[in-house]
Amino acid sequence: MPFLSLKFNLQKRVKLAQGLWMLYWLAVIVGIILFSLGIFFKIELRKRSEIMDNNESHLVPNLLILVGMLSCGLNAFGGKLCHDSLDPQKFSKMKPMLRPYMLLCCGFNVLLLLLVLLSFLMQFAVYLTLAEGLKNAIRFYKDTDTPGRCFMKRTLDMTQIEFRCCGNNNFRDWFEVQWISNRYLDMSNDVVKDRVLSNVEGKYLMDSVPFSCCNPGSPRPCIQHHLTNNSAHYDYDHRTEELNIWNRGCRQAVFSYYSGIMNSIGALLIFTIVLEAGDVAGLKYLSTALETMADPENPECESEGWLLEKGFKETLADLLSKVKTFGRANQVEEGGASPDADAT
Amino acid sequence: MALLKMKFSQQRRVRLAQGLWLLSWLAVMCGAFIFCLGVYLKIELLRRDEVMEDTDIHAVPNLLMLVGLASIGANWVASRVCQDSLDASRFPRWKVLLLGWYAVAVLLCCLLLAVVVLSYALQGRLEESLKVGLRNGIRFYKDTDVPGRCFQKETIDRLQMEFRCCGNNNFKDWFEIQWVSNRYLDFTSQEVKDRIRSNVDGRYLLDGVPFSCCNPASPRPCLQNQLTDSRAHYNYEYQSEELNLYSRGCRQALTDYYMGLMNSTGPGVLSVILIQLSVLLSMRYLQTAVDGAMALESPEGESEGYILEKDVKATYAEVKAKALDLLKFAQVDPASEVAGAEEGEKAAEASAKAATPPPAS
Repeated sequence: MPFLSLKFNLQKRVKLAQGLWMLYWLAVIVGIILFSLGIFFKIELRKRSEIMDNNESHLVPNLLILVGMLSCGLNAFGGKLCHDSLDPQKFSKMKPMLRPYMLLCCGFNVLLLLLVLLSFLMQFAVYLTLAEGLKNAIRFYKDTDTPGRCFMKRTLDMTQIEFRCCGNNNFRDWFEVQWISNRYLDMSNDVVKDRVLSNVEGKYLMDSVPFSCCNPGSPRPCIQHHLTNNSAHYDYDHRTEELNIWNRGCRQAVFSYYSGIMNSIGALLIFTIVLEAGDVAGLKYLSTALETMADPENPECESEGWLLEKGFKETLADLLSKVKTFGRANQVEEGGASPDADAT
Repeated sequence: MALLKMKFSQQRRVRLAQGLWLLSWLAVMCGAFIFCLGVYLKIELLRRDEVMEDTDIHAVPNLLMLVGLASIGANWVASRVCQDSLDASRFPRWKVLLLGWYAVAVLLCCLLLAVVVLSYALQGRLEESLKVGLRNGIRFYKDTDVPGRCFQKETIDRLQMEFRCCGNNNFKDWFEIQWVSNRYLDFTSQEVKDRIRSNVDGRYLLDGVPFSCCNPASPRPCLQNQLTDSRAHYNYEYQSEELNLYSRGCRQALTDYYMGLMNSTGPGVLSVILIQLSVLLSMRYLQTAVDGAMALESPEGESEGYILEKDVKATYAEVKAKALDLLKFAQVDPASEVAGAEEGEKAAEASAKAATPPPAS
């Protein structure tokens, strides 16, 4: 009993071939979209690699680019198959390629599934890389004269302005590092000497933040320095002041941006899997419908198409027995050994 | 002697019709492109509406949108004409429309040229408008509690950060106005009182700038206050410090941005003009060739296509004569005027005679 069989006359076969052709070309377009999304994601990761310590993982965008190209190629070939399928001569030439092609498509679907899982799981890796990278970026903010780190200040300032965030978890991260280079500190000044001597490591710590933490939406000009000292500024209470600087931490802000990209990649991949599965099923129906034509000379005849030749359980049993016999081919058979022993 | 005559066989006519159909659909896409360009430019101008005083520059995107829509319509009509051109029964109904269509196409090309010219000519107006708008924006920066102006601060801050500029002409514009609101000034402090008394208008002026003027590329943390005092900061020299703040003025930055936008659309607009002109010329050839073919006994035969039936001078003389004829219709003809005058006099005498007897009786 074939699994999910349907009857096809000429008109239905033609409609199936046409519909399948359009579906294949839709899948090609989706492949192109996946490819461009992969490139976009790669560029976005590269743009901010400095705040991720330059060791962010490019696995997801690279795989996405590969998958996009494969999808274009496979689906264009599938579209060509559909186009030729209604011409009996061309179809008989294509027949031997059908089975390996469908197996390839199934393998491609498995790859897509793997990529979906990756795009959801790699978000953890991005989060951890960001946390570490931002911590280092804040530490190296002042090193504008150290080769290899001279642009860290600019990158971090632009990131804080663009993502409307301050510090790693929040703005207090800036209180714990020295973010003013020693070149701009007057070491002969008493105030500076006091601050430097007041902590174990000899760092010049302040309760101030860089200008890039300022919120333009605040009604008052930005207060950057002496943030915890209410008496340093007129009409200022640091516990109730909300609009002065950004409250969000950059780890959260940048992570939600990347997480959004990866989630939409995952959603698009799920859609692609459904589309590909539909394509493979349609191709199976079309090929079986064309193969089971009772009278190959007469195109008008009826035929039957199915997904699996036998029922679902029987096909599974068949597969299992094939796998078992494949393993047994290497074993020596017991019956064969004894005649030799008798002969000698 | 016809202008630029060409011979068209049936096959060439068919090819011309097909080619023109494709070209007119290309021209429809170009019209859509021009429309989208106009919309994009208008949105960009509207986004910075708050720092512009007047809207003269909006003529450029408005004209682009109008021309885009008209071009879509005209070229769609052209494609319909092409479709019907090889069918002798359906082509004649378009004949009346075609003269009007040529006029519309020429008008569209002229308007597109005008847009290119305008985008250069209005640069001065744009700068003026930006100068006044930015000056007001900077003056009202502190008024975050005045309804209607509460977002001026945020607008100016975001503008300075996005366009990497400071002030109107340069950062010194911020020294001339009070940009800290009185709500945040401690009037009991001696320093504040001194500053306010030091100038005629009683304003709190500083040699400081808002944080949005800070340049992130500077190697040192941003210095915003006491900018003119080299001793106020360690290792700081006011005259030679270049990277601390943005050195460009916002008026210059915005003008450059908009001029750049309009210049980059220049080549696109010029190529659309070329495409429209080629549609116009091909349509004229198709019309004359098909008309010639329909006039022949055998419609499949060769016909001639031309741009003008006679050469330029003869056509001009003809058009002038026709125009004068039309004008003469309005004037009364001199010969019939004399006859009409005599009749009028006779009628007047008759009515006069009829009028006089009653007083006698």
